[in-house]
Amino acid sequence: MATTDRLTRTDAAEPMISPVTLLRVVIVLAVLAAWELLARSGWLYRDVVPSLLAIGRALYELLSHGDYYFNLGITAAEIGAALLIGGISGLAVGILLGANRFLSRAFEAYLYYLGPTPKIIFFPIMIMWFGVGPGSKIALGTLSCFFPVALSVAAGMRQIDKVLIRVGRSFRASTWQMILKIYLPAMRHPIINGVRLGLGVALIGTLLAETKLSNKGIGFLIINAYSTFDMPRMYAMLIVLFVLAIGANAMVGRLGGLENIRRN
Amino acid sequence: MTATTSNRTGRRSLFPALVGLATLIAALLVVELIIQLNVVSRFIVPPPSEIVASFGRVIVEEHVLRRFLLTLGECLTAGIMLTVFGIAGGVLMHRIRLLQQACETWVAAMAAAPLVLAYPLFMVIFGRNAWTIIMMGFFAALPPVILKTIEGMSGTRKVLVNVGRSFNLTPAQQFWKIMFPAALPTIFVGVRLGLIFALINIVGVEFLINYGGLGQLINDLAERYDLAGTYASICFVILVSVLFFMALEKAERWLRPID
Repeated sequence: MATTDRLTRTDAAEPMISPVTLLRVVIVLAVLAAWELLARSGWLYRDVVPSLLAIGRALYELLSHGDYYFNLGITAAEIGAALLIGGISGLAVGILLGANRFLSRAFEAYLYYLGPTPKIIFFPIMIMWFGVGPGSKIALGTLSCFFPVALSVAAGMRQIDKVLIRVGRSFRASTWQMILKIYLPAMRHPIINGVRLGLGVALIGTLLAETKLSNKGIGFLIINAYSTFDMPRMYAMLIVLFVLAIGANAMVGRLGGLENIRRN
Repeated sequence: MTATTSNRTGRRSLFPALVGLATLIAALLVVELIIQLNVVSRFIVPPPSEIVASFGRVIVEEHVLRRFLLTLGECLTAGIMLTVFGIAGGVLMHRIRLLQQACETWVAAMAAAPLVLAYPLFMVIFGRNAWTIIMMGFFAALPPVILKTIEGMSGTRKVLVNVGRSFNLTPAQQFWKIMFPAALPTIFVGVRLGLIFALINIVGVEFLINYGGLGQLINDLAERYDLAGTYASICFVILVSVLFFMALEKAERWLRPID
């Protein structure tokens, strides 16, 4: 009986909408209202800030058109290939550097300092090497993806519990068995973290390359909308792209169980 | 005896770095050889000797110093803006707990969003000028500064806050004398990350919109099919970026001597 009373009281005390949700709704509504006001004010050039209705209509047209999905498929394939090549090569180099102290001290500094340089500047070289087609976009995505994966894996490799390595050796595991049964499972979180970072930069690298020189893909559609000054369509594409990028990032993190890592 | 041991340790710690450098030089020599032997066309990959020789020409004829100062100016403007607005935003969100709970995940999501892809939109809003580049660098680099400011302010040790209270400090004094100095090292991590993101985006957008300093130089030379010059300018941008990161790292170490 006492339990029932307590439950009833707790239920009654809880508000229908939490203050945080309420504030979020208020902020979203305020931003939308300010946007619409700005769109109708005439203070800016026409269509620089299109009305919400125009953006909504463009979003509907975009998503109901097969052509968009064709270009999305091309970009997704380029990013997937870049992630695969860059991820695997980054993993291999990361394991090599993480396992060997000498190699790490000889070469890791180059990766560390080259990692954050703007990769898009390599695009002219990629065009020369791989042509103007999807090859150069995949290559730029691969180059972008390689560094975070390699650095994350190398750091993860050094953090593996020594006990696990000694257990593997005491079972006389071969190099491959050590990699497959000890190193990779123990490094799951750094690998997923590296892949997550790699996915983000591969996506940026590939799409930027598409905006620079391409005739298909989402990057091409965005720069095409800019060239024809179709602003509602450009806003619609950027909204979809941001949602997809944030979603893919969150999905990779969730698949790797990154949200379950306890931070001390 | 101790001197001999430390000498040996010093030589041993230098040896891997020397091997790394020797490998790099050997790789360049191999590339030079295969190009000279026409295994790879010099119209696709210019010989490293040609790239080294073109450095002087690129520096003098392409006004590299002026371009470098232009890019540096854009970086500094974006850096000042993101330091002011990023720290102010982080402090505001830390002080108004409800605002932090409502918006922190949005800021984190913004950090994951490929904001640089909105550069055509910025070109429409600001025009094809330096402000597009600066604003692009600013927006792309803002989230880490906000997030690290919140982290730094939240991580202030309770004992420091209690010391401030025991001295009956006003909220403003508590902030300027206790909270902000304690959070400064973490805030600087955010500013360092922000400046790195800003530099990456600024050079990238310069290249993409063919306007401004070092990024435009690469695009210009590539469009003129000056291959050796293109490679030399890319090497120059990499060198500038690396020096920039090293300087930021040194400044961070100076701010956090304990770590």
